[in-house]
Amino acid sequence: MILVVAEQRGGTLNRATWESIAGAQQLAGVTGAPVAILVPGSQAGAVANDLAAAQVREVIAVEHPALEPYTPDGFTAALADAIGQLSPAHVVMPHTYQTRDFAPKLAARLDRALVTDVTGVKGAGGAAAFVRPMFQGKLTADVVAQGPAPHFVTFQIGAYRVDQAVRGAAAAPVRALTVTVDASTIREKPEPPFQQAKQAVDLSQAERIVSVGRGIKEEANIDVARKLADALGAEIAASRPICDAGWLPMERQVGSSGQTVAPKLYLALGISGAIQHLVGMKGSNTIVAINKDPDAPIFEIADYGVVGDLFEIVPAMIAALKA
Amino acid sequence: MKIAVCIKQVPTREWQPRLDDDKTWIREGDASFEMNEPDAYALEEALRLKEKHGGEVVVCSAGPARVAQVIREALARGADRAIHVEDDGLASADAFVTSAALAAAMKDERFDVVLTGLQSDDQGFAQVGVILAERLGLPHATIIMEVSVEGGALRVKRELEGGWFQWVAMPLPAVLTIQSGINQLRYATLKGIMAAKKKEIRKAAAPQSAAARQKIVSLYVPEKGKKTQMIGGSPAEAAKELVRRLREDARVIQ
Repeated sequence: MILVVAEQRGGTLNRATWESIAGAQQLAGVTGAPVAILVPGSQAGAVANDLAAAQVREVIAVEHPALEPYTPDGFTAALADAIGQLSPAHVVMPHTYQTRDFAPKLAARLDRALVTDVTGVKGAGGAAAFVRPMFQGKLTADVVAQGPAPHFVTFQIGAYRVDQAVRGAAAAPVRALTVTVDASTIREKPEPPFQQAKQAVDLSQAERIVSVGRGIKEEANIDVARKLADALGAEIAASRPICDAGWLPMERQVGSSGQTVAPKLYLALGISGAIQHLVGMKGSNTIVAINKDPDAPIFEIADYGVVGDLFEIVPAMIAALKA
Repeated sequence: MKIAVCIKQVPTREWQPRLDDDKTWIREGDASFEMNEPDAYALEEALRLKEKHGGEVVVCSAGPARVAQVIREALARGADRAIHVEDDGLASADAFVTSAALAAAMKDERFDVVLTGLQSDDQGFAQVGVILAERLGLPHATIIMEVSVEGGALRVKRELEGGWFQWVAMPLPAVLTIQSGINQLRYATLKGIMAAKKKEIRKAAAPQSAAARQKIVSLYVPEKGKKTQMIGGSPAEAAKELVRRLREDARVIQ
């Protein structure tokens, strides 16, 4: 069995779960095993009923008060118990921040393989090979999990589309599974989530975005990008290192830790294209990359690419826009 | 406070990848290396904790002999001593093997807090810190943007997705994985570099029992998912042509 662990909070499903269902269905095409979905939480029932629309063998709701709020100790204990009862061959999850927090602990507790940030599945002599980026996306690896089952796999956000998940002709059966968690073993005490500052800028609504990365070199150079943004009628944004340095406010950050955007035009200036950035913008309609490094991963997903010095190309673009 | 910080040496950002003959790993001889960036932030946070609460900062790294370069750099920035688990096999090791090597060398030290970067810029597992916590029997929190120690316990700010955060409290000892940008990095002074030469680097052998949990069967340059139209010519020509295509073909600007 391939077991997808859904992610939900307070009865609201994280849509990346559907992407993982699509990934699990592709894995099923390689191994021939049926897919099931496990929904952990304190109110898992409603989400389990929604997920029953997927073409899967069954949906299993694991409800326990120790699962909300989320803690790595609570999740590891509950899922280790559930996995012990279900004996899946693979356990599949979206590569969210929450998964990253508990999945390595869970895999280590059970002493089983965990392959993270996977973007695809291939057959490899009867086994499954998992495709994942390495070296900041400069290289791709086909990885085969070693040792006994279950093998844990996390799928990169955006590697599959929600609509790729195959729906069933009829709703899959939903059942409950009881797990035991000793609440006194939970050492982390989480407080409610909060947003740092009120988001004054909603980049997700921008039609055009000019985004700057390390290639901008210094704070004063951001003006060059701003002028281009003005000429294009675009919002200005940045990759994480630029916001870390304080050159642009955090609310202008695009990527896994910032905003997710999908404008008509995304123009990346001096952005190499680390995965954490790409997941926040690869849904953009038209992507333009200007970078001095012809091997920068940003060119893999760009529609238009210019290799060269952005400090020469950008002023020339502004001139061409005004002509 | 007895503070450990685990650092990794990774290829530099400017490094152009070259594959070995098996096409399952990189040609290390062609690469230049530096300290993994998130680990540099973890080191800085460790130094700040020591400045506030006293104690010592111990740098721990698992890797081949070349790793001594980043260990010395960390000592020059202010760490007090180091543990180097030295083994050629650790250069391409998976997260299970790396964390087993670190755990074996660290467990008798009984650190109050262990910091490391949230992931490495080479294999990018984002697993070693969390597995290390499990192996040491400690609680953990990941992707941390603020650390405070109050009355023998930790309170840390965890980054969630999309601009959300969360404070989490937990007892010491604990393991934290640190997000880039948590602080402003310091650089080594000449005095620091000189002082580093006298600091202890304890060599430890890698445990032989740790079995790899994943195997790279093929490593390659990514296949292009999209057909990228590359625009050449002088900067002025390329700029003009790009603007024309954005107007006339893509129709995303006026």
